Amino acid sequence: MEKKELKVNAIKDGTVIDHIPSNDLFKVIRILNLDKIDSPVTFGTNLDSKKFGKKAIIKVSDKFFMDNEINKIALIAPEANLNIIRNYEVVEKRPVKLPASIKGICKCMNPKCITNSEPMTTKFDVVDSNPVALKCFYCGKVTDHEHIEII
Amino acid sequence: MENKSLISITDFSTEEILRILELAESFEKNPEPHLLDGKVVSTLFFEPSTRTRLSFESAVNRMGGRIIGFSDPNISSVSKGETLKDTIRIVSNYCDLIVMRHPLEGSSRYASEVATVPVVNAGDGANQHPTQTLLDMYSIKKTQGRLDNINIFMVGDLKYGRTVHSLLQAMSPFNPTFHFVSHPKLRLPDEYKTFLDSKGVKYYEHEQFNDLIPEADIIYMTRVQRERFSDLMEYEKTKDAYVLRNAMLDNAKPTMKILHPLPRINEINQDVDSNPKAYYFEQARNGVFARQAVISYVLGLKK
Repeated sequence: MEKKELKVNAIKDGTVIDHIPSNDLFKVIRILNLDKIDSPVTFGTNLDSKKFGKKAIIKVSDKFFMDNEINKIALIAPEANLNIIRNYEVVEKRPVKLPASIKGICKCMNPKCITNSEPMTTKFDVVDSNPVALKCFYCGKVTDHEHIEII
Repeated sequence: MENKSLISITDFSTEEILRILELAESFEKNPEPHLLDGKVVSTLFFEPSTRTRLSFESAVNRMGGRIIGFSDPNISSVSKGETLKDTIRIVSNYCDLIVMRHPLEGSSRYASEVATVPVVNAGDGANQHPTQTLLDMYSIKKTQGRLDNINIFMVGDLKYGRTVHSLLQAMSPFNPTFHFVSHPKLRLPDEYKTFLDSKGVKYYEHEQFNDLIPEADIIYMTRVQRERFSDLMEYEKTKDAYVLRNAMLDNAKPTMKILHPLPRINEINQDVDSNPKAYYFEQARNGVFARQAVISYVLGLKK
């Protein structure tokens, strides 16, 4: 019996983000503001992945991300892969790379940190990339993977 | 041009720390009563700390500077809901230097970003208190004649004690040997042990220290707070294990000194006070000289 597979339709031009943990799909969508853009966005979740169990995939038509935009998702999806599509062809494939510092995407888990009381942007140095550990530039406490809360 | 602020002891290189200690020594001999002529320093204490504030204010006064500020945020615009950023930006207009204590961690670092004058952190929550570390180091250098190869005993609350954490980090380049004495619940957190391991610094952990006192060059006592124990009976049982009494000092080295960041409650018995090894009040006095050094350095008046 032939196995029926769910396919997410191919896009002509744009960016495909693959190998997102299913649980984190919507966090990625939020970080990239995909809930607010105009171009077509397709995604699938709870898809089988040989390597990772359950994965999610996002395809954004006619949108190409700057490095500093897209690398933020490495915070919650460190194994994610980017595929740049032009004319239905994958012209570039690369993994996301966590930048050395992160501004404004997640909260500091220290309730006594100034960033949680004052209207200001959070700032972190990445001290470990897998699993992710972020050291708050202000209070010095490390927010670990389990406690990452996207703003 | 970026202001040279002092927010964390790690903002200063080892060379700068040594320079500050040299300056402190020079200020102890000569307070330079006109160095801050015409300068205004603000002391913004968003939470009370009379001793620290008085120490900073004494330092400024001794150098001929003037002080403005507050020590009770309830009577300032903070209680009206003004952001810290606004307060700092506005006060920057009124002074040449901000000395700040605030209950929230990272507040001083943020203030140094928004201020147009240098900021000296006088304590941000449980995070940093760099001038305390500097005065502690000055006290060690003064009493031991050196910073290198010192046997330092740190006693009491090693888990939450920010002065302990800061001092061990700042002393690590000088080949110290640490002896950490505490109740198992208040042991030094792993991150600091990892730090010491990475620097090749020797340390030992103990639950009591009576027999070890003859080895000490410095005994750094800290208060064990009742609030840290969820089981009060346990607190009552163990608190006396970390109390220093005069009788314990019979076999101590003649050059050994007892330090405490203060306030001292019962962890150093009153009978220790008259022992020449009791250094904690002089240590507080050293705070004035260390703060004179820091203030003159961040204002660029001393290099």
